[in-house]
Amino acid sequence: MAEITKRNKALSVSPLKASQTIGAALAFLGFHRAIPMLHGAQGCTAFGKVFFVRHFREPIPLQTSAMDQIAAVMGSEDNVVEGLKAICSKNNPSLVGVPTTGLAETQGSDVTMATGEFRKKYPEYAHIPVVALSTPDFTGCLESGFAKAVEAIIATLVPDAATAGTQPGKRPRQVNVLVNASLTPGDLEALKDTIELFGLRPVMIPDLSDSLDGHLPDEDFSPLTIGGTLVSEMATLGDSLATLVIGASMTAAADTLHQKTGVPDYRFDHLMGLAVNDQFVHTLHTLSAEPVPPKLQRQRAQLQDTMLDTHFMLGLSRFAIAADPDLLNAFSHLLAENGAYTVAAVAPANAPILKHIAADKVHIGDLEDLEKAAEANEAEVLICNSHGQETALRLGIPLLRAGFPQYDLLGGYQRQWIGYTGTRQTLFDIANILLSLEKGEIHPYQSIYAQKRDGEAAHTRY
Amino acid sequence: MMKSKDIAALLDEPACTHNKKEKSGCARPKPGASAGGCAFDGAQIALLPIADVAHIVHGSIACAGSSWDNRGTRSSGSRLFKIGMTTDLTEQDVIMGRGEKRLFHSIKQAIDSYSPSAVFVYNTCIPALIGDDIEAICKSAQERWGTPVVPIDCAGFYGTKNLGNRIAGDAMVKHVCGTREPDPLPHGAESDTFKVHDVNLVGEYNIAGELWHVLPLLDHLGIRILCTLSGDARFHEVQTMHRAKVNMMVCSKAMLNVARKLEDAFGTKWFEGSFYGVQDMSNALRDFARLIDDPYLTERTEALIASEEARINKALEPWRQRLKGKRVLLYTGGVKSWSIVSALQDLGMTVVATGTNKSTEEDKARIREIMGADTKMVEDGSPRSLINIVREYNVDILIAGGRNMYTALKARIPFLDINQEREFGYAGYEGMLELAKQLALTVESPIWQAVRKPAPWAVSKEISHG
Repeated sequence: MAEITKRNKALSVSPLKASQTIGAALAFLGFHRAIPMLHGAQGCTAFGKVFFVRHFREPIPLQTSAMDQIAAVMGSEDNVVEGLKAICSKNNPSLVGVPTTGLAETQGSDVTMATGEFRKKYPEYAHIPVVALSTPDFTGCLESGFAKAVEAIIATLVPDAATAGTQPGKRPRQVNVLVNASLTPGDLEALKDTIELFGLRPVMIPDLSDSLDGHLPDEDFSPLTIGGTLVSEMATLGDSLATLVIGASMTAAADTLHQKTGVPDYRFDHLMGLAVNDQFVHTLHTLSAEPVPPKLQRQRAQLQDTMLDTHFMLGLSRFAIAADPDLLNAFSHLLAENGAYTVAAVAPANAPILKHIAADKVHIGDLEDLEKAAEANEAEVLICNSHGQETALRLGIPLLRAGFPQYDLLGGYQRQWIGYTGTRQTLFDIANILLSLEKGEIHPYQSIYAQKRDGEAAHTRY
Repeated sequence: MMKSKDIAALLDEPACTHNKKEKSGCARPKPGASAGGCAFDGAQIALLPIADVAHIVHGSIACAGSSWDNRGTRSSGSRLFKIGMTTDLTEQDVIMGRGEKRLFHSIKQAIDSYSPSAVFVYNTCIPALIGDDIEAICKSAQERWGTPVVPIDCAGFYGTKNLGNRIAGDAMVKHVCGTREPDPLPHGAESDTFKVHDVNLVGEYNIAGELWHVLPLLDHLGIRILCTLSGDARFHEVQTMHRAKVNMMVCSKAMLNVARKLEDAFGTKWFEGSFYGVQDMSNALRDFARLIDDPYLTERTEALIASEEARINKALEPWRQRLKGKRVLLYTGGVKSWSIVSALQDLGMTVVATGTNKSTEEDKARIREIMGADTKMVEDGSPRSLINIVREYNVDILIAGGRNMYTALKARIPFLDINQEREFGYAGYEGMLELAKQLALTVESPIWQAVRKPAPWAVSKEISHG
């Protein structure tokens, strides 16, 4: 069990953390024709928007309740009401998310009450679902905000089995899939493909692979998301055969869904590595009563072969990882499964899963903490978001980019890490990075007596 | 083409213990049941590490095309040897007999573009068969452009890789050794207290730079290496090999003819030794001191050995704990079959079987002496046979050449590459640490369990393992 050490300094240097607020916004972006409206000052939205635009290289629908000085002092509920009205009247969205910022929370703004007021004042928009939730940036991180939003969406949009008359298994091929913030659009696509191989119909909650996968739509502009899970699907979750939960951070959301619907769930902390994917595929096999398709068996055998080929490089190698808890956990176990060590682990915020990370210690902190730990423990490779580049340069070690944001790597937002195939490519990439370190390199030595005359002749250029 | 008489002479190596048995020199390759390279391969491997030479492969593309720049040998300076050069003969060249002309121009181009210290021309099957006179071309090219041009007549069909090694050694002794006197010691390198002695290393290829683990120790003792044939060598070093007091044959009998011919011509004493393993490394240093016969050198050698052994044994201690009792199947050729054994035993490992198909009776006797009478000697190196031994003898790791690597991995057996292509240097005291680390890395890897475990949905039993 990893020992968790908490932040022990005043200043956060080179922060690792991205806010809960934008994490919540991201979850809403995985629904069709949706738009999040951050309840706060307009800068909160502007920064969040730039953060995701640079990461996904896509336009990002994101609005703000635009709290000003007066609203900050006198109360900001009106901003929410008017903001919702403006969005609903202009864009007719299928879903509006209202995550709060630190400003709104500090002020004591009651966003649920504000939503209620909006309903009363503008009944003509009653058909447009609004999900408001509290996601101040002074607790948690992107991952927890994302999970909270999914939980709130379920709480708001999924009807109780008793009232709606839903029944687990009524749709015998439908499975609900709760996914965490660390799964990329590429991961989600692969995940859907795998589930479909068993003749099952996945309903992703949410589905960024349909909205932010980077596809060129026919439409020239949309103020709303151009893809994602249909909000109407939420009413059917109670009829599903099962719920698959990917990511420890989704525990509360999974509990809520289970309470409401009674649909049995199967929980996986992550999907990187051979062992967890075996469990996952086995679950699909059991649920569907279908044989494991030859394609997946082949992918499994390919992954095993890759583990053999890459273990020469990965064995005893030393990694420093900075990421949100679920992703940190996934990498640490993938590395441990392949004989590598996580010698420096930093997460931006605490989470129950941190105790289970495959490392001696996990520090809750920033990239400066990571740098110090990586240096002290002689890490050879850094796994971090794009902000890790400077750290890696100072440490003189290579960087594997993972997590949010990745603004200096094209395609980073959609790379597949999970499943047999994603794990395989990850191992190849890590092994190649380790090869580039020229480990075991022996420094050239020329004898003090040597007759060599390198440097005299032209051929020494070669 | 080389005369069969000359080939026979090369095969008859009086200094080689193989010579005493019915198979004189090296065995013929068997059609349909042969592995390993040809004479060209052997010659190129033996000489390519001479770093400042333009190595031109005279032939059609298959010879150089699939072999250039794929060896782990390292240079401390010139990187010319990393540039692949071949005459890349075309059908027209072959039909019209234009190979010689193309070679002549190729030599000029190499000299003009890269100013090499020398040009080596490797003959291959097709020009040998169509009768290109590479010796004459090399001679006239050297006369015309003033750069030494050395023919290496090593067509693949002459014989095995081992023969190629000898052809290469022979070419060096015949054309290069003795064409220049050694440089005086560099200014300031002399010592007031001891004399510096000149030696050669023969059959040392500086794989992954491993010789650089050893050189500082020799510097410390005042032993100057005139030339290493051929790891990190330069052409003008090869020229001075005849002036050495002692030659060390490093871990290989392949170029025994070089040591013997230098002994015949210049009276140079030689010994066989190895830099692998703490014990063998110390013995190599002792052998130098013994043959150089300088009492003060002997004294300083013993002091160095004592301090180095103490240092490295301390560093190796944790690794020995981890590797203790692990069972090894060693499958590698000739001398290495015993030189690596002692290194592995140094680490507390048990070598349960070793390959001996390239070993001499003398080697085998030595193996029995080191490992005990009940050691399995493996003659059949086929993948199936190796895997069976792994299972039967409960082997923890297979140590062999790179070409066996994927056989081992597919059979889910931990593996360590010991041959030319490897990326890690194991020579010298320091190399032992790397060897221990690489052994532990694969033996202790958790992936072995993972790849042997059946899928949870599969009903079959766990995939068997030795």
